[in-house]
Amino acid sequence: MTWVALKSLMERRTRAALTALAVVLGVAMIAGSLIVTDSIDRAFTSVYSSSYAETDVVVRSAPVVEDSFAGTPTVPAGLLPRVRALPGVEAAGGNLLDLSGTTNIAKMVDREGEVITANAPTFGAGIDASQPRFNPFTLIEGAWARGPGEVVIDSTTAAGHGFAVGDRIGVVAEGPVRTFRITGLATFGDLDSLGGATLAIFDNATAREVLGKTGFDAIQVAARPGVSDEELARQIAPLLPGTARVATGDEQASADKQGVEQAITFIRGLLLTFGGIALFVGAFVIFNTLSITVAQRSRELATLRTLGASRRQVMRSVIAEAALIGVIASLAGLGLGLALAKGLTEIFQAAGLDLPQAETVLAGSTIAISLIAGTVVTLLAGVVPAVRATRVPPIAAVREGASLPASAASRRAPLIAMVAVGLAGAMLVRGLLADGLDTTERLLMLGGGTLALFIGVAVVSSRLVRPIAAVVGWPISRRGAAGSLASDNAVRNPSRTAATAAALMIGLALVTFVAVLGSGLTGTARSDVRDQISAGHVVTSANGFDAVPAAAGRLPGATVSSAREDRALVAGDGVAVSGIDPETIASTFRFRWAPGSEDALTRLGPGGVIVDDGFAADHGLVVGSRVPLVSPSGESTTYTVAGIHDPPDLAPVLGRALISHEGFDAVFPRPKDRYTLIAGAGTTANEIEEALVAFPDTAVSTTAEYATDATAELSALLNMLYVLLGLSVVVSVFGMVNTMALAVHERTRELGMLRAVGMTRRQVRAMVRGESVITALIGAALGIPLGVGMAALATRALEEWGVALTIPTTLVWFVVVAIAVGVLAAVMPARRASRLDVLRALQYE
Amino acid sequence: MAPEATLPHIRAALSAPASGPSAVAARGLVRRYGEGDATVHALRDVSLSVAEGELVAVMGPSGSGKSTLMHILAGLDRPDAGDVWIGDQEITGMGDNALTRLRRRHIGFVFQFFNLLPTLTAEENITLPMRIAGERVDAGWLGEVIASVGLGERRRHRPSQMSGGQQQRVAIARAMLARPTVMFADEPTGNLDSRSGAEVLEMLRRSVADHGQTTVMVTHDATAATIADRIVFLADGRIVRSQGPSTAAEVLEALAEVTR
Repeated sequence: MTWVALKSLMERRTRAALTALAVVLGVAMIAGSLIVTDSIDRAFTSVYSSSYAETDVVVRSAPVVEDSFAGTPTVPAGLLPRVRALPGVEAAGGNLLDLSGTTNIAKMVDREGEVITANAPTFGAGIDASQPRFNPFTLIEGAWARGPGEVVIDSTTAAGHGFAVGDRIGVVAEGPVRTFRITGLATFGDLDSLGGATLAIFDNATAREVLGKTGFDAIQVAARPGVSDEELARQIAPLLPGTARVATGDEQASADKQGVEQAITFIRGLLLTFGGIALFVGAFVIFNTLSITVAQRSRELATLRTLGASRRQVMRSVIAEAALIGVIASLAGLGLGLALAKGLTEIFQAAGLDLPQAETVLAGSTIAISLIAGTVVTLLAGVVPAVRATRVPPIAAVREGASLPASAASRRAPLIAMVAVGLAGAMLVRGLLADGLDTTERLLMLGGGTLALFIGVAVVSSRLVRPIAAVVGWPISRRGAAGSLASDNAVRNPSRTAATAAALMIGLALVTFVAVLGSGLTGTARSDVRDQISAGHVVTSANGFDAVPAAAGRLPGATVSSAREDRALVAGDGVAVSGIDPETIASTFRFRWAPGSEDALTRLGPGGVIVDDGFAADHGLVVGSRVPLVSPSGESTTYTVAGIHDPPDLAPVLGRALISHEGFDAVFPRPKDRYTLIAGAGTTANEIEEALVAFPDTAVSTTAEYATDATAELSALLNMLYVLLGLSVVVSVFGMVNTMALAVHERTRELGMLRAVGMTRRQVRAMVRGESVITALIGAALGIPLGVGMAALATRALEEWGVALTIPTTLVWFVVVAIAVGVLAAVMPARRASRLDVLRALQYE
Repeated sequence: MAPEATLPHIRAALSAPASGPSAVAARGLVRRYGEGDATVHALRDVSLSVAEGELVAVMGPSGSGKSTLMHILAGLDRPDAGDVWIGDQEITGMGDNALTRLRRRHIGFVFQFFNLLPTLTAEENITLPMRIAGERVDAGWLGEVIASVGLGERRRHRPSQMSGGQQQRVAIARAMLARPTVMFADEPTGNLDSRSGAEVLEMLRRSVADHGQTTVMVTHDATAATIADRIVFLADGRIVRSQGPSTAAEVLEALAEVTR
């Protein structure tokens, strides 16, 4: 008899579609996430493997320090002829190419004199055009650069900024800006774009000069026929100096890709989380809609029972209905996911994350995961309504207004809620505050705890509906008959109102959580920055996170103190190390010294190091301790701890270890400034900018501006989270539309009566709208405090980082959003209610 | 034997038909609703037997217990005391699954409000119980049933495209199709105009006459009761009168008498 259920579902197509939409969005998000990340992954795989397409083995240094500005140590140019001379070698070529994006940075300058950067890598590369087989780039137009004044740039940048072959373009890398003639346009392999990344390709000699390097980043080798990769590697190995090592092309490609792969995994996890949240909210909607339709169809179900349908058949029919909705919604979600994939890329772009994409990848696993996730979630949401349907007694077929007996679950609701909330509390506290958990366990605790919290609150919320509605519905209930009927209707079926509001509650709670925590983090980070920098102006690179050539720090007539930065292994830990000027830093930067370190700056000298208190505690360092430091080039030096300071934990401006400029420049290759702090009453930003005209990749800001800029990335991230969480709010709107539409349908006769006794259409609409707004406000009244509570807990966990709890005014807007959601959800049902034919409505049975 | 135990048997004997095995039998049915002072005695010791092929009408004023009696006979409600037999099965102690199986083979329902599924066509509605039971529909018998209720041209119509009388005829066909041991009709004309009501009664009468379909009909429509082989009158939870085929006038007279 399942066909009966499916047939009646197909008859009620609009309702089925509305119900399904709740799942469609969640599935689309999951499918979209997988499609986007798979496409990015494919693009990177193609980049990395095309780099080594005709390469059998690669000679390259292993990175000494991960993610350093200086990159991996180069291999000497003299190695190339010796490799070529080996018997197994067919050909060998050297290049300067590093795909990590943190080193080999060469930024082009547009026609307005601004650097071209889109929060994506700005690659500077050197190639040997005479060895095309080792060249990862594809020439689209013109010729390869040969000689000191020539450059080949990527075709996307050329098109986007109006450059053509033969034009001159400024490139800034290790020194002041230099001008080159464009000899050709190229792409990376066969990709049109590398997600906003720019390419400036020189010949090797010019690249060395521009990038401040010697030798090669890598030597690529092709074997003679019959010589295996292993044999070739064995022949090369004895020639290798220092940190250099030999790997096959495939090994090198996957090693190159490792960092990117981690990023992709992170992004995928993030997106899937939001897909999961949307699906979870969708489950609430499905649960609620099916519960209502089961209640409304109780007479039909009872009739089926009198005709011989067993409980099992009734249950199966509701489950089948859920399954059909689930399958159709999942299929639609998969389709929408393809479209959403493009939208997601744009969301990332808006948040400053440009991602390369080749063709769209729709993997079999994406199809399977999306369909299974959507169908299973819908089925699970259908279980309780299906069980409830079996409780409809056959006698309900003949008895007017037979109501369902209270289910065992609803009688035990307070107990279930208590257990769920208790469990949630325990998991959240453990996840946030317990020490020594690994990330997986922590995330499991936090995710599971949040889920349990929402379920617990949702279960108990039917008992909170009346009191909350009395408060939030007060202004509405005072607005005439329609208003007072609206607020009565909202509490008529508390469990239905509660489940509808709960769906919105989840979205609002998460948005509130993000807003409150985000405002705490942003506020704390900004005040941290302002507390540390006493100088009036700060010079950084244009994007704020790259470093600029140290030469830019030589400004006349002001107290200038620049801070170099790069990463190094200090006492075995990869940390950021700053190079400071002990003479001037005190007039631009406020230190908070640990006792006994007040004269650390005078003691520093070329062989001293200042560490922060956390680092000192981790490594058992006191003033006078000896600390080994290994720079990215592999050079090892030992420093003496001259002092210990206590910077803010959330947003320290300087690195964990501070050494003098002298000490820094001696061990770090290509030393660069991360910050230049400028004090001096008479100095204006214009004067500083004029002095920096040769360095377009610099930005001058006041310290207050810089504090805001420094948190811009966090703000962009928050905005992205809002958009992603907005999806679950949209899902809950569908739930509200459903509930209101079903309520109108159920009250047809009553509405006819109200119209018959003189209620106007406008009043009917106001009544439906009022009920919808009250329901939405109940969601807000549950969700916003819940979100604040969760944020308070998280802030407590971040206490050691000095994060303070602040309640942003944004929360007021969330209440406005809730009201808007209520109004929006009521549009269609209210219109339907107001257009009822009075006579037919009265006869309706 | 104690006198309390024998009384129902005497009553049963009184209301029993002259001959033949019984399709439905009830002994000593008691049904109370509510507790304490608010207790309503819907049935006080009712016994009834319906012979195979017999059409029994149950009549009585509102609140007499006639609906409760039908619900208990059909296994929709349970008595506080007494037992009910459908054919040779006692249904009073049956669990839900056994009752479900019983409904499939032995019970047909005709409702006041038709209770057709709005999304199914007439024919689909008629065959629904067979399909629920997972049984094959005998096409010849289906055709005969549809013809006998005069719905030949409306097989593919939906309930919304049919008049009330037509809908009720579909419901009768639905109840007949499985050749149940007994068909229960709950105010079958209650929601129909007199002409459609007369047609429906004609169908019911014919299903008994042509196919020997045992039928129990609850009604307060004197005209409806005229098609019955026997009319049982209830008042205040008791069977107070039982009489053979009667005219509408006789029914009204009897009804007036029991109500007094």
